[in-house]
Amino acid sequence: MTVIRNETKQLNKTDRFALQWAEFVIKNRLKTIFFAITVFFVLAAGLMQIQASHNYRVFFSDKNPDLLTFEKFEETYTKNDNFLFVVKPKSGTIDQPFVAQAIEALTARAWMVPFAIRVDSITNFQHTYAIDDDLIVEDLIEDAANLSQAEIAKRVDIALKEPLLAGSLVALDRGASGINVTLQYPGLSESELPEAIHFARALVSEFEQEYPDLKIALTGISALNAAFFEATINDAETLYGPMFLVLVLITWLIIRNFSGVISTVLVITFATIAAMGFAGWAGITISPFSGSAPVVILTLAIVDSIHILITMAQRMRVGDDKIAAIKESMRVNFLAVSITSLTTVIGFLALNFSDAPPFNALGNIAAFGITAAWFYSLTFLPALLAILPFSVQTYSDKSRGPLQEAINKLAEFVIARARATLVFVGLIFIGLACAIPTINLNDQWVEYFDDRVEFRGDAKFAINHLTGLYILEYSVPAGAPGAISEPKYLQDLDDFAIWLREYAKVRHVYSYTDIIKRLSKNMNADDPAYYHIPGERELAAQYLLLYELSLPYGLDLNDRIDIDKSSTRVSVTLDEITTGETRQFLKDIDAWWDSRSPGNEVYGTGATYLFSFISERNIQDMIGGNIVAVILISIVMMIALRSFSFGLLSLIPNIAPLIMTFGVWALLVGEVGMAAATVSATSLGIIVDNTVHILTKYQRAREELVLSIEDAIRYTFDTVGAAVVANALILAFGFSVLMFSSFKITGDMGTLTALAILIALVVDLLLLPALLMLRAQSKTKGASYANTEKTQTI
Amino acid sequence: MLILKKHKQFNLNHRILTGAFMLVSFALPVVAEDLDQKGFDIAARSDRSDRGFNNSRVELEMVLKNASGAESRRVLEQSTLELPDESVGDKNLIVFFSPADIESTALLSYAKILDPDDQWLYLPALKRVKRISSKNKSGPFVGSEFAFEDITGQELEKYEYTWLREEACGELTCDVVERRPLYKDSGYTRQIGWVDQTDYQARKIEYYDRKGSLLKTQLFEDYQLYDDKY
Repeated sequence: MTVIRNETKQLNKTDRFALQWAEFVIKNRLKTIFFAITVFFVLAAGLMQIQASHNYRVFFSDKNPDLLTFEKFEETYTKNDNFLFVVKPKSGTIDQPFVAQAIEALTARAWMVPFAIRVDSITNFQHTYAIDDDLIVEDLIEDAANLSQAEIAKRVDIALKEPLLAGSLVALDRGASGINVTLQYPGLSESELPEAIHFARALVSEFEQEYPDLKIALTGISALNAAFFEATINDAETLYGPMFLVLVLITWLIIRNFSGVISTVLVITFATIAAMGFAGWAGITISPFSGSAPVVILTLAIVDSIHILITMAQRMRVGDDKIAAIKESMRVNFLAVSITSLTTVIGFLALNFSDAPPFNALGNIAAFGITAAWFYSLTFLPALLAILPFSVQTYSDKSRGPLQEAINKLAEFVIARARATLVFVGLIFIGLACAIPTINLNDQWVEYFDDRVEFRGDAKFAINHLTGLYILEYSVPAGAPGAISEPKYLQDLDDFAIWLREYAKVRHVYSYTDIIKRLSKNMNADDPAYYHIPGERELAAQYLLLYELSLPYGLDLNDRIDIDKSSTRVSVTLDEITTGETRQFLKDIDAWWDSRSPGNEVYGTGATYLFSFISERNIQDMIGGNIVAVILISIVMMIALRSFSFGLLSLIPNIAPLIMTFGVWALLVGEVGMAAATVSATSLGIIVDNTVHILTKYQRAREELVLSIEDAIRYTFDTVGAAVVANALILAFGFSVLMFSSFKITGDMGTLTALAILIALVVDLLLLPALLMLRAQSKTKGASYANTEKTQTI
Repeated sequence: MLILKKHKQFNLNHRILTGAFMLVSFALPVVAEDLDQKGFDIAARSDRSDRGFNNSRVELEMVLKNASGAESRRVLEQSTLELPDESVGDKNLIVFFSPADIESTALLSYAKILDPDDQWLYLPALKRVKRISSKNKSGPFVGSEFAFEDITGQELEKYEYTWLREEACGELTCDVVERRPLYKDSGYTRQIGWVDQTDYQARKIEYYDRKGSLLKTQLFEDYQLYDDKY
């Protein structure tokens, strides 16, 4: 092919601007490099300010209505942060004296966990019983060292009959027991959680050493929060380094030139570090999801440099000197690099429509990084290349390699069977689109983490041996101060608890009614006939007062009953349950209360509640984001291609791959979490790039080289086909590295984006040329229309 | 947050029991005296200077507030009968007036030094007296930030003492005394009291929880108590 050399000598406005830019940069190469490095260091200084998040709540904005409800709930009762130590003997039951001793000792030590305000276990459980007119209130197990196995077994029997304990702090099969530590963080410093988790873990290893026949797992909300933090760190340690090395390798394989590799590596390093520094300066908190930003930026940044270097090397191979080659490369690539960067930036900025701050953070950091990569590729890169030695082996243009041959064959194939290709791809598209509704949105937070995060193993252990971790909190108001002692209220509440316990996935229900029923029995000489709700309000109120007066430090009811005794809290512990099932359960609960007490103000909340709606909420929010991104990107395409109809046409190969990606996911995986919300906008910004490359080349071929449609497609495939394939492979590779993230949302985002990029490649190589053929065929029927468009666009 | 207001004070002898407890001290020379002994002496003189009030009756209104600003009130009357023997605690009767559903409920406790207090509760709805056998004195008193052990008798021999230092407190000079509960089920590891050397009034008490962290600070101002957590 000789066309490559003849490619247009008519310079348009952008070409002239690009040339002037290149000349300026090359002339002032040292100043440019100095300026670029100064900018880099100023931004990089922000790295010192960067902070990683220590709380799952980072996924909910401060305007999120579900989070606001939760905060209201916490103001009424207490904050919900906790550790749950799960203690299980390696063999046998917890009736063994050493187990009870360990639980008693660990209960005492757990008070020392920083910020602990309360510790609950079967040993310090306040067991109440009656002897004549005496009410005895005492620890269920005290001084376990002096108790026989039979005596301990008797107390475990009591625990298993106690609704507050069975299935929560004592396993129904007597196999394990839990120690729950409630924490209240002052919220003054970021080191509070690390301090607490460090202490809690030290306790675990200390007790495992002292009691080698025990296995102790650590879960709870504070452990979950630590897991979010640790997943971020884990990703930083395991993903960034290998990702960087592999990108260096890829650059080497493509460029085969030392100076080229050095320059590219510097550009992507600068862009990535500058963007993270920007995050530090801007006060953006890094969380597991936004922690993927460096990988995303490295991947996207490399493409700009590679485009410039490939053209430069091509020019040098056909005889240009280095400086001329740089200028020509800048002229050819300036617009393409700018437009592809712009569309990608739009896609990432669209993430700001999401409610989840980590998505906003990734969007903003990546957008900044892509802009930085664009800046460095167009200033620092040509300036540095102008200084460094750069040589290429000149070789004949004919040996273009097997890839190019395959691409050319593909072009011939599509040209010959445009209609059939269109129908074929169209059918696949329809098939995949139909599969999308089968996707199940699921955000079980235990499943967010892989086995490298300690929390997951511990959480699974707790679920398998003791209790569930998905807890729904309900606030059930009685309507007036003191009204929680009204018999009608207590009866409703008790019926609610009974109804909840019938649900298969419910493992435990904590309801105040279990306490008042027990007290009623205790106050009547432990007569089981009195195990019911007291018949008068005064009686219930006085039982409650009596009980409150007899409780020890930290075991009060302030976290269960609000301050003026006008509402109580019900905690429902669920087994492993998908968020879809949870949403259904929440609806059932609302329906139950609506039929029982219309107009009630019962509301549910808690971490599990929040995550049940996170995907839907973010997808809803991102619909607007996607629409804005599509409109803006289409406008950019229309301006770039200087054609309304081309811009419109480009929508098909840009949007179809996104729909097909979710179709493929529906068939292969079937389930997706909140990552789904982000993928379409960002992928759109990325896959547009190849469409831009193909359509600009096609347009040049038609307009400047005045080739026939078929030849224009051949020309396009021949000139940019290999670059488009290489582009897609690098990007898909970069995003698929995120599959190795220890955080599932990041992994899903990476896999989905990689998939979208690969599907977009297939669509660009099959569907786009077929569309161009058919468009042209329909146009030739009215030749005058084609002509008017041509005059318009020149 | 809790505000404890004193409505009426029935002063049947010479002294008014100001709030939950008070420490009175004399400015002692800081020579070679053992600091623990000095702390004990300050507390002992304080306790003994209190001696002889025989009994007192205080009507209290407690205003409880939570994080969201909701308020709740309890009105109760506390009567104390002092016993001269230092190794025996005071006798204490608390009668609740409001809320209405606990009106006339009465709690009688005989404070013990190192053993659990003897407690009896009269429940009007049940028309019966129940004896409560519990070693718990550290729980919050009717939902407040006061523990039961803060409310009932402050006995000298319940604690061991250390005099820490002398320091300025507002316009006055205070002795700072640390005391550590001897009762093993106490909710505190230690308390630090500031007692001024002019009026012999407790100005501030810091309560430290089981892990040694500051749990709450109690300030004494104009016969009103402000008890503030963190």
